[in-house]
Amino acid sequence: MNMKILVVDDEEDVKSLFEQKFRREIRGGQFEFSFAFSGEEALEYMQNHPSEVVMILSDINMPGMSGIELLKRIRSEHPSAPPQVMMITAYGDAANHDQAMQLGADDFLTKPVNFNELKEKLLLL
Amino acid sequence: MHFIVAFFLIQFAHSAMQHTDKLPKWDNFFKYARYYTFALLAIYYIARQPDMFTWVWNLSLLGLLWVFYKEDDFLTIRSTVQSIVPFVGVSMLSDLVELLFPKFHKSYDDIFGMAILFAWIFCFVIWFYARKQQKVLSQERRDRLRDEEIAREQKQSLEYLVAERTQELTQQKEELQKAIEELKATQNQLIQSEKMASLGELTAGIAHEIQNPLNFVNNFSEVSVELCQELEEEIDKTGIDDNDKDYIKGIISDLSQNQQKITHHGKRADSIVKGMLQHSRASSGEKEPVEVNALADEYMRLAYHGLRAKDKEFNAALVTDFDTTIGTVNVLPQDLGRVFLNLFTNAFYAVAEKKRKLTEAGQLGDYKPEVKISTKKFDNKLYIRVSDNGTGMPEHVKAKIFQPFFTTKPTGQGTGLGLSMSYDIITNGHAGVLEVDTVEGEKTEFRITIPIA
Repeated sequence: MNMKILVVDDEEDVKSLFEQKFRREIRGGQFEFSFAFSGEEALEYMQNHPSEVVMILSDINMPGMSGIELLKRIRSEHPSAPPQVMMITAYGDAANHDQAMQLGADDFLTKPVNFNELKEKLLLL
Repeated sequence: MHFIVAFFLIQFAHSAMQHTDKLPKWDNFFKYARYYTFALLAIYYIARQPDMFTWVWNLSLLGLLWVFYKEDDFLTIRSTVQSIVPFVGVSMLSDLVELLFPKFHKSYDDIFGMAILFAWIFCFVIWFYARKQQKVLSQERRDRLRDEEIAREQKQSLEYLVAERTQELTQQKEELQKAIEELKATQNQLIQSEKMASLGELTAGIAHEIQNPLNFVNNFSEVSVELCQELEEEIDKTGIDDNDKDYIKGIISDLSQNQQKITHHGKRADSIVKGMLQHSRASSGEKEPVEVNALADEYMRLAYHGLRAKDKEFNAALVTDFDTTIGTVNVLPQDLGRVFLNLFTNAFYAVAEKKRKLTEAGQLGDYKPEVKISTKKFDNKLYIRVSDNGTGMPEHVKAKIFQPFFTTKPTGQGTGLGLSMSYDIITNGHAGVLEVDTVEGEKTEFRITIPIA
């Protein structure tokens, strides 16, 4: 089974980090990662690849469209075949967490990301 | 006739002198002058009224006049005294004429007698006039004296008023000065806390900015270690010569160790950044009822054993003086725990340092490291004191200890965030006060005061 995951972060190095961290899983065909470096790019990607993405990992603090804004748009524009959305932020305070969960996030992670924990969570899906 | 003139002249001069301060000087003179006139009068009658006696009278009067003219003390009555000059003159002229031309005198006896009488009357008219004037003068003088008295009284009451006002003003000035000093102190405190707050914000801001790149460093170095392991496994699958294989594995092992070093130091930086972030973190959790004594005791032991684990030699007496009536107090337990941990860690460090320095100098003597905690509940306030008999601090160190990143510990042993965070937790988190008292080389005492509702 091939799970399609879209990672949204303004830091481009996230791409190589994920690709290296999940090297085995990608090689084994368990995960397939796509990357978007802004909220706008993420929405465009979803427009071009409808109903493909199963999981979205998004940063909250990004220039332009924030992760929270992206989450709102995803929930309003893609009501059918809704992807799972996991928010990742450096600001792990309760207000941020509550807002994300209220807007329909499925999970909430704080930076620095514990990749082992993330791996387990992704494998459970 | 002459007697009456002399008598009244003396009387007049005497009474005139009474208004001046020269009287004591002339008192005796008037007394003897009076006796002298009476004596002359007596001699005149005893000697059966000899004619030549008027010469004695006239000379005596001239003498008196001469005294009044000579002495400046009689300046005021001089003009009045002059009134007897015509009398004496006429009288002497009459006697002289009688002596030299007895016939001529005899034929004009009446005229001489009349002239003397007029001169005599003239004397008394002038005197009465002078007396009257003197009375008016003395009345004026009395009035002036009374006015002066009133003026003096007014002056006195004014002076009293001025003194009163001056005292009031002085008091106000002192109060104002005190107020200014208090204001200055408050301003200093404000500046200090403002500095702390802005430093805290700055610290947090820097921490956030550093955290993201630091995460990449840590993540990439970690993943590189994994890659090295993978590479090592893959190498075994190839048919490379064993010697070459070992050489390559050696390089991979070095690379892996380097990555581990990067991870290690990255983690160190990460823990500093985490400490910095704890500054800005909005109050973590809720206040809850906590046994403060138990909390303090727990962290005291924690800090002690933490140090013991690093330094087996270390030893210190733990003295507790708990107020058992405190019970539970609403505090942020984790935050207050951090404060205790910081204060105790510092206290143990200070006594350990002192012991080390004394040992190095060979002056250990009977130094016994001691760290003391005392708590007290009083007047709706919780007082906590953490004291040690360690190295103490000089004034310039004491002034900076609550600033973030200020540390006296060697590099790598302290972040300089412990006390600044403790200050933040006590002042902002608990609306309390954190103060320090220290004597360099002898002791340090941290005092926490927290209001309990």
